[in-house]
Amino acid sequence: MASDAFLRVEGLAKRFPSGKGELTVFDKVDFGIAKGEFVCIIGHSGCGKTTILNVLAGLEQPSSGYVFMDGREVSGPGLERGVVFQGHALMPWLSVMGNVAFAVRSRWPQWNRAKVEAHARRFIELVGLAGAEHKKPAELSGGMKQRVGIARAFAIEPKMLLLDEPFGALDALTRGVIQDELLRIVQATHQTVFMITHDVDEAILLADRILLMSNGPNARIAEVVRNTLPRDRTRLTMHHDPQFYRIRNHLVDFLVHRSKLIQQGAADASSGASDGPLEVSPGLDADADASVPDVPAAPPVPKLIAVK
Amino acid sequence: MDTERSLNLRAAALSVLILVVLLGIWHVATVPAGGATAGAEADEYAKLMGKAAGTAKTDGLPTLPQMAETAARHLASPFYDNGPNDKGIGIQLAHSLARVGGGYLLAAAVAIPLGFVIGMSPLLYRALNPFIQVLKPISPLAWMPIALYTIKDSSASGIFVIFICSIWPMLINTAFGVAAVRRDWLNVARTLEVGSMRKAFEVILPAAAPTILTGMRISMGIAWLVIVAAEMLVGGTGIGYFVWNEWNNLSLTNVIFAIVLIGVVGMLLDLMFASLQKAVTWRE
Repeated sequence: MASDAFLRVEGLAKRFPSGKGELTVFDKVDFGIAKGEFVCIIGHSGCGKTTILNVLAGLEQPSSGYVFMDGREVSGPGLERGVVFQGHALMPWLSVMGNVAFAVRSRWPQWNRAKVEAHARRFIELVGLAGAEHKKPAELSGGMKQRVGIARAFAIEPKMLLLDEPFGALDALTRGVIQDELLRIVQATHQTVFMITHDVDEAILLADRILLMSNGPNARIAEVVRNTLPRDRTRLTMHHDPQFYRIRNHLVDFLVHRSKLIQQGAADASSGASDGPLEVSPGLDADADASVPDVPAAPPVPKLIAVK
Repeated sequence: MDTERSLNLRAAALSVLILVVLLGIWHVATVPAGGATAGAEADEYAKLMGKAAGTAKTDGLPTLPQMAETAARHLASPFYDNGPNDKGIGIQLAHSLARVGGGYLLAAAVAIPLGFVIGMSPLLYRALNPFIQVLKPISPLAWMPIALYTIKDSSASGIFVIFICSIWPMLINTAFGVAAVRRDWLNVARTLEVGSMRKAFEVILPAAAPTILTGMRISMGIAWLVIVAAEMLVGGTGIGYFVWNEWNNLSLTNVIFAIVLIGVVGMLLDLMFASLQKAVTWRE
C-alpha cells in the first residue's frame, strides 16, 4: 500500500540530546497517505505529533528517515503543502483580505492586484467570511480567525493540507460548525489532508484513516484504524450508527490504556523486529482479534480484523 | 462616553486652576515693592544704585506683565536677524531643529538597518552587545572634544552629538523588535516560500514596527534634551545658545521664555511620534 501512496513517510525519528544521552521522542514512524485521503493522527501530548507535522511541512528536520511526496523527497517548506497552524498565526496588522492575499501573492507573484483579490475573495467566501474581508484579526472571534487560517491554506491550492490541531482552542459549538465546513470543502476539492487532533469524535467525523500513536518518549505509530463509517457521514447522523461507538470505544480504549502499555512494551524490546503498524477496522465482525494484547481491567476490547 | 467627556472637562478646568495658582504665586513673589511700604533706607539704596523708587524692576526674576511683554515681542517678530548675537527666536529654534533633524535622521539611517541585521543574527547580537552596553551609558557631551577635534566644525559636532545620543535606543529597540518577531509568522512566510526581501519588509518590519517606533520616540526625546546642552557648549546659533547668551546678558525674562518654548516644542515632537506610533501599532 505504502509504495504507491501520494505521501510516504519512511523510518522517521526525532531524537534530542538530553542529560546523559539521547532522548528519542519517536522513531520507526512509517505511513503513507493516498491522494484525496483524510488522515488524522491521535496521541497524547509529548508523543511528537506536531514534530511529525512540522517535518511534513518542511519546517523541522527529522533525526533520521525520509518523507516523499508525489515521488519527490520533502526537504524544506514549500507551496505545494498548505499549513493551518495551531494558533492560527494570522498577521494582526493585515486585514482578512490582506492575510489571504499575502498567501495568494506568494503562490502567483505574477498576478495583478485585482486577480489576487478575486482569488482570495473566493476562498474567504468558501469559509463563510464574506463581508468580513476588511476586518483585522483583532476584530474576529477565535472561530473566525481559524477560518481565515483555513482560507489562507486552501487559497494557494496546495497538493496537500497539513492541520495542526486547528480547532483545539475553539468552543464545542464553533468547533462543530467549522468541522462541518472543513468536511464540505475537503469533499468538494478532494483535498489530501493530514491533521492532528485530540478529539476522538472529530477524528471519526473527518478521517478516512486514524493513526494512533503510543506515548512518548519512544513513541511510534502503534495502530492504524480504518474508518468504516460511510463517507457521507455528518455530525448530525453519525452517532446514530452503532458502528460509530465501536470505533469510538476502540480509540478511547487505546488512548486511555493501551497507548501507555505499548510504550512500556516498546522500551522493553526496543530492538524487536517491527513490521510497521497494524491496520485494523474496529467493529467489523471477524475472529482475528488475537493480535491485540488483552488489557486487564479494561472495557471489552472490540473485535478486530487485520487487513494486512 | 458622557462620563469620559465630563472627566475631560473637569481635568481641563483643574489644569487651568493649577496654572492660575502657579501664576499667582509668581506674581506675589515678584511684585515690586511699592513706594509706600519701602523704607527710607531702601529708597536711599535705590538712589545710590541709580534708580528711582517705585519704578519697574529691571533685573532679577521678571514680573508677569514684563514676562508677557517679552513673550509678545518675541512672538511678534520671530525671524529678525540683527547679527550674530541678536536673532529672532524662530531662527534660533530652526537652527536647533535642523541640527536635531540632521543628527537624528543620520542615526535612524544607521540604527534601523543595523538593528535589523543584529536582530536577525543571534551571533551578531551577542558579538555587538558588549560594545553597545559600554557605549550606551556615555553622556553624549563627553564625545564633544573628540568630535570637535576630528570634525573641526562646531555645527557639525553638534549634529554628531545628536547622532551619537539618538542611535542607541533606536538600535536596541530595532534589534529587540526584530529578534522577537513571532516564530509562527516566520513559519507562515517559510511555508509560503516568501523571499528574504519580502519577508523583511512585509513580515518582520510591520511586526517589529511598534517596538522600533518606541525606540525612535525615546531617541527623539533624548535628542531634544541634549541639543540645548550641546548648543550651550558649541555656541553660535540655536535655542541652547540663546539661553546661554541671555544668561550672560542677565535677562532671566528671555531665559524663562526660551525654557517654556523648549518645553512646548519637545511636547509637539513627542506628540508627533505618539501619533506615528499609534498608526503602526497592531492589536491582537
